[in-house]
Amino acid sequence: MGRSRSLGLAVVAIMLLALPFVTDAALGHSWVRILDFALLYVLLALGLNIVVGYAGLLDLGYVAFFAVGAYCYGLLASPHFDLHWPLWVLLPMGAMLAASFGVLLGTPTLGLRGDYLAIVTLGFGEIIRIFLNNLNTPVNITNGPQGVSLIDPLRIGPWSLGQVHHLGGFDVPVVVNVYFLFLLGVLLAVVLSRRLERSRIGRAWAAIREDEIAAASMGLHTRNLKLLAFAMGASFGGLSGGLFAGFQGFVSPESFTLQESVMILCMVVLGGMGNIAGVVLGAILLSVLPEALRAAGSLQQDLLGHVWVDPSNLRMLLFGLALVLMMLLRPEGLLPARARQRELHG
Amino acid sequence: MDIFLQQLVNGLTLGSIYALVALGYTMVYGIMELINFAHGEVVMVGALVALTVIQGLSGLGWPVPLAVLAGILAAMVLCMTLGFVIERVAYRPLRRAPKLAPLITAIGLSIVLQQLAALIWGRGYLSFPPVLPSASIVWGGVIITAIQGVIIVLAGLIMAGLLVLVQKTALGRAMRATAQNPAVAQLMGVNTDRVIALTFVLGSALAAVAGVMVVSYYNVGHYTMGFMLGLKAFTAAVLGGIGNLPGAMLGGLLLGVVEALGAGYIGDLTGGFFGSNYKDVFAFMVLIGVLVFHPNGLLGSRAQEKV
Repeated sequence: MGRSRSLGLAVVAIMLLALPFVTDAALGHSWVRILDFALLYVLLALGLNIVVGYAGLLDLGYVAFFAVGAYCYGLLASPHFDLHWPLWVLLPMGAMLAASFGVLLGTPTLGLRGDYLAIVTLGFGEIIRIFLNNLNTPVNITNGPQGVSLIDPLRIGPWSLGQVHHLGGFDVPVVVNVYFLFLLGVLLAVVLSRRLERSRIGRAWAAIREDEIAAASMGLHTRNLKLLAFAMGASFGGLSGGLFAGFQGFVSPESFTLQESVMILCMVVLGGMGNIAGVVLGAILLSVLPEALRAAGSLQQDLLGHVWVDPSNLRMLLFGLALVLMMLLRPEGLLPARARQRELHG
Repeated sequence: MDIFLQQLVNGLTLGSIYALVALGYTMVYGIMELINFAHGEVVMVGALVALTVIQGLSGLGWPVPLAVLAGILAAMVLCMTLGFVIERVAYRPLRRAPKLAPLITAIGLSIVLQQLAALIWGRGYLSFPPVLPSASIVWGGVIITAIQGVIIVLAGLIMAGLLVLVQKTALGRAMRATAQNPAVAQLMGVNTDRVIALTFVLGSALAAVAGVMVVSYYNVGHYTMGFMLGLKAFTAAVLGGIGNLPGAMLGGLLLGVVEALGAGYIGDLTGGFFGSNYKDVFAFMVLIGVLVFHPNGLLGSRAQEKV
């Protein structure tokens, strides 16, 4: 590693460590909370990037895996079943459960044409929500539309992240605790993604993405490799679901709509499919965007005396437009992967 | 037994609607191997436009049949324009792009259409004006409402017309040629761009009619109504064998019947564990089942992925 590069890394590390404190001091808790969610979305986007960016499979129901992770945590660490399992069991369990759902869904579809997968995942996203909504009768499993509440806060050993800590004269609020846990998750995902991308598996994914028939005739077992990508992406989703449930203390089917899936897809596409830095950028941009749009709502109120375009409406409208325009004008994304750029622009 | 027959009639009604929408998917797929995700939203636009027009005109005192006809026409014109624009803007520029690209524009476009509809018609449920006759015939213990009868007959006529169009006319021949091999079709003097655009327009016209049927059958419209409907119609198309017109019709009818019977009987079959609120799940189960056991569908030919 070059000297300038390690210096750069050190600077980034210090910035990442200082960021929540600075934000907290300058803008208050609510903005640190936005940062936390941005990290969660980064994690989700990195997971989807494995599926869409590396293996070139379109997953339109990615939020379902997020839901699996979240409900896994919510049900096993709350008064609902009076179970209070620890985090170090629940997070890996959520990730693995999501991965096995991915395998279950991918097995029948991944051997077939690529576009079937898109529509099956789209359906799966909705179906999971129907089940979560209705599995409260006759045996109450998910508590239906009311969702699961009073979920145990994230806790590492004796250290609860759900309360303020005093460290060397500093008050470390909840949102900052959570920030560091989420940051750890994101770093893990980044390292894993990087290693995967350059591994034999990652190169095989790229080959399948570019030309599946050629890849198969070179001896790659395309279905199993695609299944692996699908399961891997799903496990990231499950992990962030668990983190989400522990952070929010509450999960309900309402959090897992198609709109969320589209938003995550938009992050990946906007940032640059297949490029980690691009995906991270996309996720951060789009998770801060709703805050900016909230301002647009009050701006309309001030200027026009009436909110003509509802901010959440506007947000989805922009996401949809972004997907279309990016594909037409800059399919490689804002920060493209090098290989992808070469493919698209000779 | 009466319940069975009643659910069969309900299922056939629903199935006719699915079949009309499924035709749109299957025609586009047959010709350019592309799933037009935005198709469900076209149905939604048709439904809401017709609802608004019929409500407005019958409010102005127009006679009901005339208002309904105007509603259907308005929906068709708008949807056909929409289909044309969708093809031009979102799919034509990407014909040579990697396969992922048109799928992503399609989902983007359907989100845009949904949100625009939410802006125009609001987020609430819209009720269809109670202008249609609520007459019904009772036949051996089975009730068939006038609307159900009209839907089944009209859908049958339209599908027959479409088959004639595709099998007997010059346009139909051009469509079949383009589906088989676009490059050769072009060399033989077929304007493939025009044929593809017309396919979209035709599919959208069917979607508009299906949309009118849905709102008049359920008496309610909503900006998200196209999503599930599109998903089910796509399932119907896959069930019948995607790219195959009679297959889409058969698949639609079958899916409608399966769904109606399933919703009617699932409570008894599972001892009350699953209720009819799981009816949307059936289509999905059917889709997965078909993909696992018979991916070419009932009438589809063996599809080979082209090199």
